[in-house]
Formats: sequence, C-alpha cells, structure tokens
Amino acid sequence: MYPAPFRYHRPASLREAVQMLSALGEGAKPLAGGQTLIPILKLRLDEPSDLVDIGRLPDLRFADAQDGWVRIGALSPHGWVARSDAAAAIPIVKDCAGGIADAQVRSRGTIGGSVSAADPNCDWPAMLRALDAEIICFGPAGERTVPIEKFVLAPYTTALTPGELVTAIRFKAPAAGSGGAYIAYKKSAAAFPICSTGVQLTLDSAQVCRDVRIVLGGAGPTARRALEAEAELRGKALSDALWARAADAAIAIAEPNADVHGSAEYKRSLLRGLLLKTAHVAMRRSANAKIEGSHVYA
Amino acid sequence: MSTPDAAQRVTIEVTVNGQKYCRAVEPRLLLVEFLRQELDLTGTHIGCDTSYCGACTVQLNGAPVKSCTLFAVQADGGEILTVEGLARDGELHPLQQSFSEHHGLQCGFCTPGMLMSAHALLHDNPHADRKAIKKAIAGNVCRCTGYQNILKAIEAVANDTAGGQ
Ligand SMILES: Cc1cc2nc3c(=O)[nH]c(=O)nc-3n(C[C@H](O)[C@H](O)[C@H](O)COP(=O)(O)OP(=O)(O)OC[C@H]3O[C@@H](n4cnc5c(N)ncnc54)[C@H](O)[C@@H]3O)c2cc1C
Ligand code: FES
Ligand code: FES
Repeated sequence: MYPAPFRYHRPASLREAVQMLSALGEGAKPLAGGQTLIPILKLRLDEPSDLVDIGRLPDLRFADAQDGWVRIGALSPHGWVARSDAAAAIPIVKDCAGGIADAQVRSRGTIGGSVSAADPNCDWPAMLRALDAEIICFGPAGERTVPIEKFVLAPYTTALTPGELVTAIRFKAPAAGSGGAYIAYKKSAAAFPICSTGVQLTLDSAQVCRDVRIVLGGAGPTARRALEAEAELRGKALSDALWARAADAAIAIAEPNADVHGSAEYKRSLLRGLLLKTAHVAMRRSANAKIEGSHVYA
Repeated sequence: MSTPDAAQRVTIEVTVNGQKYCRAVEPRLLLVEFLRQELDLTGTHIGCDTSYCGACTVQLNGAPVKSCTLFAVQADGGEILTVEGLARDGELHPLQQSFSEHHGLQCGFCTPGMLMSAHALLHDNPHADRKAIKKAIAGNVCRCTGYQNILKAIEAVANDTAGGQ
C-alpha cells in the first residue's frame, strides 16, 4: 500500500459533501475518478488526512442541451461523454473526450476532475477554452459560475475556494454552420499530450469567417487563446495563405517548455503544424463533412 | 487536524466473478491488492503500478479499469470481473481460445489485462473492426508480441458470427 493512510468518507449528497469538506478543513480532498489523484497519492506527492469520495454522488453525470446551452455534469467520465448525444452533435467535444488517455482511464476519469486538476497539458482545460466554457461551482457560499479563463489561474491552481466543488461545465451550443476540431500530439494513448490545438469556427455561405476561437495547449503555464491569430481570420474569406499567417501569429504567443520531448523551438513548430491540421478538419466539419477525430502519435 | 492512523477499516461488499465477498479493508488498499492478496485471485497482474501498462485491467460494472488506480473502497457494491471469471465450466472463453490459437501471447504477463480490455470491447461492440480493437487495447502494453498476433486473436473472435459472446 503506497499511499499514506487517510480517512475515507462517502457523502450521500452534494450538500453533505460540501459540509464535510468544510468541516474537515484543508487536509481533506475530494476524490472523483481518482485518475490524477491516486497516482499522486501513490507517489506520496500529497498526503491528505481525509478523502471525500464524490465519485458516486447522484445527479452529477449528465450531458444535456437547453436554451442554447450545453451542460455536462462534473462526474461524467470522459468515455461516457464521448458516447453522449452532446459529443455526437459537437465533434470537438468528441475529439477531446474520446481522445483522452485509454479506455480504462476514460472509464473512471471525469470532466470535473480534469478541470479541477488544471494540468497545463490536459485536454479538457484546453479544449473548453475554444468553446468559451463556464465552470459551475457549489460551495459553502452557494453556487457561482466562473468563466474557464478565470477558473484555471496557474498550473494545477484553480479559483475553487475551500470546500467548493465543480458541479458542471456549460457552454453555448455552436451555431449552425460552425465546425470545430481538437487534436493532441502525444507519445502513446496512456500519456498526457505534449501539445494540442483546438479550433471552433463559423463560416457564412460565402466562406467568410464570422467567428473563430483558437486555443493552444502545452504552450505555456495554462492553455491560451491565440487572439492575434483569430483577428487575422475574422471577417475574411479563409484561404491557405491566410491560415499560414494566422498560424504564425498563433505560435508567436506560444511559450512551450523545453523538456525531454523537445526544445521550445521544436514544440512551436509542432504547434504550427497541429494548428493547420486542426483548422483543416474544423473547416471541413463546418461544411458538414463527417470526419472521425484522431490525435497524432509520435 | 489529527493524523489518520492505519487502523480505519471500511467494510465493503463486492461481487467478483459472480461470488459475493465482504471484507473490512484499509481505505488506501488498491483494488489490485485486494484481489491478489485478500481474495488470492492472482490472475490480475501488477506491471508498472503507475497507471500506464494496463496489466492490472479488470472490469468494474462492465467497464475496463486499471485496478492499480482504484481503491477497493471505491468498488464497494460493484460487480468485478477478472480473468479468472472468463472460463466457464472448464471451457476457455472464445477470446482465451483465440489467443492460444493465434499465439497472442509469449510471456503472458500482459495477457490478463489484454483479455479484459478485449472482452469489454466485444461486449459493447461484438463485431468490432481492427481500428476499434486497436483503440480498445491502446492502454495495454505488450513487451513481447509486437501486437500483431493479439490483434489477429481478437479480430478472429469479432469476425465470428457469435462475436465475443
Ligand atoms: C495513464 C493516464 C493517462 C492520462 N492521459 C490523459 C490525457 O491524455 N489527457 C488528459 O486530459 N488527461 C489525461 N489523464 C488524466 C485524466 O484525464 C484524469 O481523469 C483527470 O485529469 C482527473 O479526473 P478524475 O475524475 O480522475 O479526478 P481525481 O483524480 O479524482 O481528482 C483530481 C483533482 O481534482 C479534485 N477534484 C476532482 N473532482 C472535483 C470536483 N468535482 N470539484 C472540485 N475538485 C475536484 C481532486 O481533489 C484532485 O485534487 C491521464 C491519466 C492517467 C492515469
Ligand atoms: S499495473 Fe496498473 S496500469 Fe500497470
Ligand atoms: S506476452 Fe509478454 S508482455 Fe505481452
């Protein structure tokens, strides 16, 4: 048994979970799918006194669409989301959910756990920025909704206050004529992405770009929107030459870490190529082409 | 804040391969340790112990999971299927038979995990194609075979009229 001893609690409701976490204090941690937390505990990088198992709280596994908003419950496992109607309707969601790790990790790991862990290389925190998502939290002070860029503050750091839990993620359903894609570059299925790119764009009938959001993962301490690149494209008829300019603008703001996977220069070049590939899939999907998502393996 | 000691035990009830077990366990006990040490079901292997290799794959309520990355207390009330639960009345499961026929193993260390991932796939998708098979075993590492014979073994069962059932 590698983790340090801890006390185990299994609350029956969200309210009870929040009360428990507040009463137990800062030594207590929520446990969702455990696919980030358990490896950390086994390495003893953290030794919480208490684990509050929220993994089977009722009513937090859902994906629904209402009044133009899509909401995904915090305890929805990645694999379950990948098979949901929401993912079938919004391909960028399927790319992300179905591409995380392997089938086993996707059985257990949850979207709420992923955004709460705020790993700079993880897929949900990056992809959700391309949808301008909002994080719905519930804590001792009640419910609040935080835009994702204000939720993920720094690597492994979120705006969650003590005792507060993520209950759902929501975003506006992409408009008709909108297409998106998310592609990660990784060594193998059971490895975190080295870099990733996401594009969600809306074209009008004359192929003019009405709206576009571009996100880069693994390109800095947190996922970042490539706003200058978006500005290159907005209001213009899209062409390869224009995309090349946008890709240059995107990697100009990328600050990837040099590590065992490669130098910063190598990763910038990787991001550029990934972005063009992702853009290509997003454009074709905006024209209703059915393209299966696929990450790129080293 | 008091420091927890190792004494807390939580009583769990799980069904493993159709048989009910009730045990008091430490919360930090991993499911794989529970299976191997408490229940003596040593068919489930520990390879990497770092959530990477998939040798420890079992099914929890029908879904493939890495039992080295799951506490036994999280499986409380659940149905677990391990490699020992595949054969029926002394007859190998079609997947096991096919691994044997197609040389889908050499040292055999990865085999229990491979079988449990493949079994979960064929349950949901009895006639899975090669692409789906590759995706389903992407979390299972084999250091011997080069995977080709594993793919052939699973594919043969998926191509069979009865599928994996
Ligand atoms: C082998 C392997 C490969 C992986 N590959 C990838 C990959 O390719 N891409 C990727 O994106 N991820 C990957 N992951 C991470 C995986 O997606 C995790 O499932 C996810 O990051 C965390 O979700 P969880 O439900 O398992 O959270 P847990 O591990 O249970 O929790 C993570 C953290 O968040 C907190 N927490 C959990 N839920 C909540 C909540 N609702 N509210 C507040 N706090 C909460 C916990 O206290 C903990 O600190 C991989 C993991 C493994 C083991
Ligand atoms: S032993 Fe569990 S994944 Fe390797
Ligand atoms: S047969 Fe030896 S690891 Fe797969």
